[in-house]
Amino acid sequence: MILFGSSFILYNLAAISGDPLEGLRGSTDPKVKVEINALIHQLQLNVPPPARYFIWLKHLLTGNLGLTRSGNPVSTELSQAIPITIRLIFMATLIAVILGIGLGIVSALRQYSRFDYAMTFVSFLLYSLPIFWVAVLLKQYLAISFNNFLGTATIAPAWIAGLSIVSGFFWAAVISGDRKRVFTIFGISGAATAIVLTFLSLTKWFSHPGLGPIMIAAMGIGIAYAVTFLSTGLANKAARNASLAVVALGVVLYFPTQYLFNKYPGALTVFLLACLTVGLAVGCGYYFAKEDRRPVIRTSVITSLVMGVIILIDKLMKTWVPYVNTDAVNNRPIPTIGESNSLLDPGHFWFTFLDILLHVFLPTIALTLISFATYVRYSRGTLLEVMNQDYIRTARAKGLTERTVIMRHAFRNTLIPLTTIVVVDFAGIIGGAIITERVFGWRGMGTLFNNAITNFDLTLLMGVFFVTSSLAVLANLAADLLYSYLDPRIRVVSK
Amino acid sequence: MSIFTRFKRKSVDNDASQVDIFNKETEGLSQGQIVLRRFLRHRGAIISLGVLSAILVFVFSALDFKIGFLKYHGWWKYSYTEQPDLRTQGCPQFLSGCPTLSINPFSKSFGLGDHPFGQDDIGRDYFALVMRGAQRSILVMFIIGIVGGAIGTVIGAISGFYRGKVDAILMRFTDFIITIPSIIIGSVIGFHFGNLGATFLAFYLGLFAWTGLSRLVRGEFLSLREREFVDAARVAGASDRRIIFKHILPNAVGVIIVSVTLIMSGAILLETGLSYLGFGVVSPDVSLGLLISQYQDSFTTRPWLFWYPGIFIIIIALCVNFIGDGLRDAFDPRQRRRISRKERAQAKAVSRAKQGEN
Repeated sequence: MILFGSSFILYNLAAISGDPLEGLRGSTDPKVKVEINALIHQLQLNVPPPARYFIWLKHLLTGNLGLTRSGNPVSTELSQAIPITIRLIFMATLIAVILGIGLGIVSALRQYSRFDYAMTFVSFLLYSLPIFWVAVLLKQYLAISFNNFLGTATIAPAWIAGLSIVSGFFWAAVISGDRKRVFTIFGISGAATAIVLTFLSLTKWFSHPGLGPIMIAAMGIGIAYAVTFLSTGLANKAARNASLAVVALGVVLYFPTQYLFNKYPGALTVFLLACLTVGLAVGCGYYFAKEDRRPVIRTSVITSLVMGVIILIDKLMKTWVPYVNTDAVNNRPIPTIGESNSLLDPGHFWFTFLDILLHVFLPTIALTLISFATYVRYSRGTLLEVMNQDYIRTARAKGLTERTVIMRHAFRNTLIPLTTIVVVDFAGIIGGAIITERVFGWRGMGTLFNNAITNFDLTLLMGVFFVTSSLAVLANLAADLLYSYLDPRIRVVSK
Repeated sequence: MSIFTRFKRKSVDNDASQVDIFNKETEGLSQGQIVLRRFLRHRGAIISLGVLSAILVFVFSALDFKIGFLKYHGWWKYSYTEQPDLRTQGCPQFLSGCPTLSINPFSKSFGLGDHPFGQDDIGRDYFALVMRGAQRSILVMFIIGIVGGAIGTVIGAISGFYRGKVDAILMRFTDFIITIPSIIIGSVIGFHFGNLGATFLAFYLGLFAWTGLSRLVRGEFLSLREREFVDAARVAGASDRRIIFKHILPNAVGVIIVSVTLIMSGAILLETGLSYLGFGVVSPDVSLGLLISQYQDSFTTRPWLFWYPGIFIIIIALCVNFIGDGLRDAFDPRQRRRISRKERAQAKAVSRAKQGEN
């Protein structure tokens, strides 16, 4: 219903405001009259726009999106462009939401600390950045400089020192405490960063990246503890054991997985392995918890998924060296333009996979940077509001640990208003994607939209609009479902 | 783990002494005075307000302009249409029109020089271009804010006050416009009205920028119209118009001001984005987005063509955002500021002294 109304407005607006014959009117070609008449007939310009809209709508209802002015069906043009744009929007939204909410919460828990003020300033700064400007900077400083850096793959000592200090400040601000503690944390995290970076630089890790089973095991154990801590608390022995067991299984299964990856490369293998991972994790959780199984299973499943992603990243890192050395890439792995490398052999699954990821890298960062500021602000604001509610006081009075109060009572209630923001922001991200695609030369919806407007191509414009607004409606639907999950009082009534 | 513990400690000792301090502070002040005090205390907002006013004066006084038959002579020597000779002296090899701005106070060339921001391809002074672009962007920002704010307030007020059918129709209409991404609607408008000049473009964009504001105003009206003072006014025989404008609107002014600032900060990015896509302000007129889009490819060779317009966009948008944040804090009665240790100690001393007297 709403779609109908807004498409009607847009159609008429676009139809009234432009003259598709403008190009021909100025022409001195003697045959111009014939051409004009043909165009009038083709685009049905003799029908007034409101009536023309209903003709378009009639075709739409029968599943026919019409032809563009150059004669291609709109639906084929769209079907090529949609996956490209969705890839971009989806990745950017996901990263922005996770990062934004995480930093927003830390910033709220540290209200009025230096970290909080810094986050406020940074988020306002990002909020005020024009995306096309950021994108050009990213192209220059991230892509081109990083590609140059890969030539030597050694980090200059000044950089190591700088990054270590930054990381020290960051962790000291996040964890905080009294003065002595802050200095200790600053020292430890700064030194750790310095050691890791020096090591990476000396071994030229960046030109031959890889993790290997030992690193995977070490990271896995860290992740098992972190996930358990956030999800159930370390006091829950069953959850901790289950996630540790999942990590152990992951390390054991590392070698057979490599074999499978090489023998049967393809999306299906990855998908089946992911299913298997979740299955194993559920089994582990079930085995270790004798009672109250749900939180344990939740913990082990989250751990297993992170573990799976790490193994996948390891595989991609192994693909890195041959990928970088192909003629199509020629040692310049971070691309600044296009959505995929057309010179690459499309049959090689891992190459294509890595290629797509690398191409999506810069635009995603650009989109994430500008949209995540909103989430930081909102999650900070909402969490602060929620923390002043009576039920939080009740939860504390019951003697629950502070972790449970924040993660279960406060965090969950913060998510409800945030869902609304994410959905509202979705339209903004589509707008951002249109500009981003232009900067990075992607052939997605943004390009189609551009062409539609400059060529007065009404059917194409309406096609693009139809897709974007359907996406927005879908996002709304997803939000409704999420609401009812987050807040059991809300029911989705199906009529 | 200490991530979680700190918050608890603080929020527990917040309550009693804090309320005392707040009550003391707001004693005998009108609502407007309280808001003003709070706003003045928001350091970021005050700094931003200062910077923004400075930029406004700086930018608008730099170039010549004409209102009716009144002519104003700007303090900058070039206009944005003039084409002085391209300067090559003192530039790196193969480059021309490099900036002469030098901020190192010890160098000989310290000062603005002839072309502080350099020159563009055909020799136009880039400082004048950026000033002109900033003027356009600020103008567009204010027009969109005013037009959007006015329409949003009226629609929100009417639908919130009258409710029922009027409300349903107006809110459906708002929904229609909300679903269209602003960049799409902006491009359609900008492409066709961009050549009419920035003022018209801004006016038409403003016609579609009011949706969020009208929803907020409607919500405010829905709750305010049930209050006693509205009933009192109605009993006293006030007309609907009088109730809306004299009684309810002044109470909703906080919401309106805050969201107008948000519209404005969004507007400046929308305008630059549109100009970047080529659907906004079009050449020969200048806008900051247009400058960036024209010279983004020269970033590696002549970075100044890219940096200066971008920096102006960021400063303006950042200032507006901070001012909006300060206003929101000032108007929000739930917002409590941080109490410094000194104040808390004083309050404690006072209450102890009182106990001693008893």
